Amino acid sequence: MADPMRIRARAADGVIDARVLMAHEMETGTRKDASGKIVPAWFIQEVTCQVNGKTVMSAQWGPAVSKNPFLQFKARGKAGDKVTVTWVDNRGEKRTDEASVG
Amino acid sequence: MNVSRRTVVKAGGGAALYSALASIGFFAANPAMAAWKKDWFDAKNVPDTLKAMGIAGTPAAGDITITSPDIAENGAVVPVGIASKLQKTEMIALLVEKNPAMMAGFYEFASDSLPDVSMRVKMGQSSDVIAIVKADGKFFMAKKEIKVTLGGCGG
Repeated sequence: MADPMRIRARAADGVIDARVLMAHEMETGTRKDASGKIVPAWFIQEVTCQVNGKTVMSAQWGPAVSKNPFLQFKARGKAGDKVTVTWVDNRGEKRTDEASVG
Repeated sequence: MNVSRRTVVKAGGGAALYSALASIGFFAANPAMAAWKKDWFDAKNVPDTLKAMGIAGTPAAGDITITSPDIAENGAVVPVGIASKLQKTEMIALLVEKNPAMMAGFYEFASDSLPDVSMRVKMGQSSDVIAIVKADGKFFMAKKEIKVTLGGCGG
């Protein structure tokens, strides 16, 4: 199981500003290791962001997203709302984390 | 998790085999994976990417803001933010022109959400980043050049 995400969300004037830091290698599949073998691609392909269970934004990523991806998004909402973020990588592994808006 | 798939991936060990299997729909059994728009991410240049996305011609310039440094010291982590002020923005895509595969990612928004995202991407070399926004069924784009001092593709 992958490490948990760090989610920080704050609301101001009815807008939630959420910052998510995911722990993932994000291998591109073009890099070679020390022995010259290609490191297989391993990256997050899909990210879904929900506020109070309703999907506000869904993303698909390629291998060009940096290692330990950072994502910031905005949504309508208020303090106390629940922000849920889910990712799925190209190996089919997934992780979901939740945070309440402060 | 599909056991036979795991074995194949392990046995093959190579990205070539992996992508070859992916291209013939070997992973189609996994619904989450089938939805991933491989053709969007495989496109190698601007016209191909636009074509894969189903855009005819060059999108018009729109009210799109790209926030990023003009010079990025480390190409492995280039912060890029895209915000659209266009009404009914449905999708924002980020392309890095000179990366091996241009499409870095795209974001789809629910009808009443706010189209404003930031992320960090890898850039192999100095290049234009292109934001493509779909709003009310039409496509718009914006461009910004980012100079990279140290490439981020490793190797």
